[in-house]
Amino acid sequence: MTADLAVVGAGPAGLTAAATAARLGLDVTLLDAAQRPGGQLYRHPAGGPVPRPVRRLVRRLDRVTHLPHHHVWTVVRDGDTWLLHAVAGPDEAPAAVRARAVLLATGAYERQLPFPGWTLPGVVGAGGAQAMLKGGLALPGTGAPPAGTGPGAGGRIVVAGSGPLLLAVATTLAAAGARVPVLVEASGPAAYARHAAALARNPAKLFQGALYGGALLHRTTRLLTRHAVTAAHGTTRLEAVTVTRLDPDWRPVPGTGRRVPCDALAVGHGLVPQLELATGLGCATRRTPDGTPAVEVDAEQRTSVPGLWAAGETCGVGGAELASAEGEIAALSVAGRRPPAAAARRRARLRAFADALAAAHRPGPGWTDWLDGATEVCRCEEVTAARIRAAVTDLGARDARSVKLLTRAGMGWCQGRTCGPAVARLAGRDPAPDRRPLSCPVPLSQLAQPPGAEK
Amino acid sequence: MSSRTPRARRTPRAPRTPAPVPFTFTFDGRPVTALPGQSVAAALWSAGILAWRTTRHGGAPRGAFCGIGTCYDCLATVNGRPNRRACLLPARPGDAVTTQEGTGHDR
Ligand SMILES: Cc1cc2nc3c(=O)[nH]c(=O)nc-3n(C[C@H](O)[C@H](O)[C@H](O)COP(=O)(O)OP(=O)(O)OC[C@H]3O[C@@H](n4cnc5c(N)ncnc54)[C@H](O)[C@@H]3O)c2cc1C
Ligand code: FES
Repeated sequence: MTADLAVVGAGPAGLTAAATAARLGLDVTLLDAAQRPGGQLYRHPAGGPVPRPVRRLVRRLDRVTHLPHHHVWTVVRDGDTWLLHAVAGPDEAPAAVRARAVLLATGAYERQLPFPGWTLPGVVGAGGAQAMLKGGLALPGTGAPPAGTGPGAGGRIVVAGSGPLLLAVATTLAAAGARVPVLVEASGPAAYARHAAALARNPAKLFQGALYGGALLHRTTRLLTRHAVTAAHGTTRLEAVTVTRLDPDWRPVPGTGRRVPCDALAVGHGLVPQLELATGLGCATRRTPDGTPAVEVDAEQRTSVPGLWAAGETCGVGGAELASAEGEIAALSVAGRRPPAAAARRRARLRAFADALAAAHRPGPGWTDWLDGATEVCRCEEVTAARIRAAVTDLGARDARSVKLLTRAGMGWCQGRTCGPAVARLAGRDPAPDRRPLSCPVPLSQLAQPPGAEK
Repeated sequence: MSSRTPRARRTPRAPRTPAPVPFTFTFDGRPVTALPGQSVAAALWSAGILAWRTTRHGGAPRGAFCGIGTCYDCLATVNGRPNRRACLLPARPGDAVTTQEGTGHDR
């Protein structure tokens, strides 16, 4: 059977697109790697209630063929249709879907900047800690029993990095009973002031930010801007972090480091678009204000490849509201309808806001001074900063690709997703668009003989 | 804002999901409690366990890092099969999860 539209990703963008397209009479198949619909923001435990903001959308999925726990590893053209190959379920069974149009709504993942000790157990991604808490009711470093009542109290979790997500993460962790002694943000108020116009046009969002701040103060969390966690300490697990003041270029100010004891560190420097299906298909990309590549789309969310649309954070990080606005526009376009002018205006306003935020939180070049020679920049292949620097200064590597060939940095299981932005910076570049032949490891048997799908 | 007219009573739509029943699996032979739908990594965190893998070269301990299936740091051996992403894999009753040493193939 050939679907009119296959949507990859069931976050706000994909869900809105699938529901809208189904309402317009299209036959829609929605594939998502996760077990539950909702994407990164609306994660929820199996068996638990669907979060309010997406409940209406999830109810509308009854007209959509929803395939959860289907990780699409490649999309190929087959005549005038697309063939999507996926690994399905915990046992990684092969699956294939055929469709006339494809919408990529694969979202984003967290940007990480390495520092000494960041590989210690207990150091976790900020968004990851949030995801594990929402989806798995678990807190890092606390050992709270899953009593069915949510995670218990106890652990001290430092939240650090940069970007608006940190406030949300700190609030959720604190609400779940963790103690968040300090929230460490590398950017400063001056960065916001530079983009004040675009930021002020969205008072509701600023208000939301203020609310988060207020709730945190009650819980005695200290907010330190222009600071960073520049080292994590411990032997077999995290015991403390060093928090250091930064100059405007994010260089640590000597003599300002302070040790903060903690049980876990939730750290992240914003999000980067998940691109590999799109780049694998040859879609053009653009550079967002924080230097990260994103899928380029036109006013109707069409990519540069005919028959292929993209929506949500794969086209640039910008929050759930923008993702869902883009999902709706894309669905209308696939169905051959012109998106209303109001939708386009809303998207432009939200995009301007997102771009201003991204620019305000763009990592300063001085962060590489956090590294010491022994810091493992590539976690998978255990490649240290000293080896990467040697590849650049002694062997003449000029980009992440040549560093990879010389050191194996970025060649491991994660295919450079985690170390990519950092390795590119060490080689003196902004990161290039991801090129990965497969979106996830695929059992050899399926690679050798991918299943077809009936027309 | 106008006051609300008392119309038909809205029955609360909140689904009365029955309390989930915990089950157990083992980690390196010792029992760990999990809730239905919880990932292996979430259940291990809840039991205070942060590491379930050692790296291939340095033998350093690792556990979940990104929490969303991107980083592959959380690889564990589950029922004898190595390289399972513990942050994505739902825990199942009776699973035997073991610390993965290196590639998981060299023991
Ligand atoms: C770890 C994390 C935590 C976050 N926490 C918050 C928060 O607390 N508050 C907040 O406001 N925002 C948060 N965000 C940002 C928020 O998630 C986004 O703004 C919003 O979800 C974007 O929606 P989307 O539809 O573009 O993508 P997403 O919601 O990211 O959805 C993308 C979906 O695509 C699926 N997918 C990706 N690749 C494939 C593939 N190859 N095959 C099949 N499925 C695939 C993923 O499983 C996912 O469900 C978080 C983001 C991340 C990454
Ligand atoms: S924690 Fe990153 S893949 Fe599981």
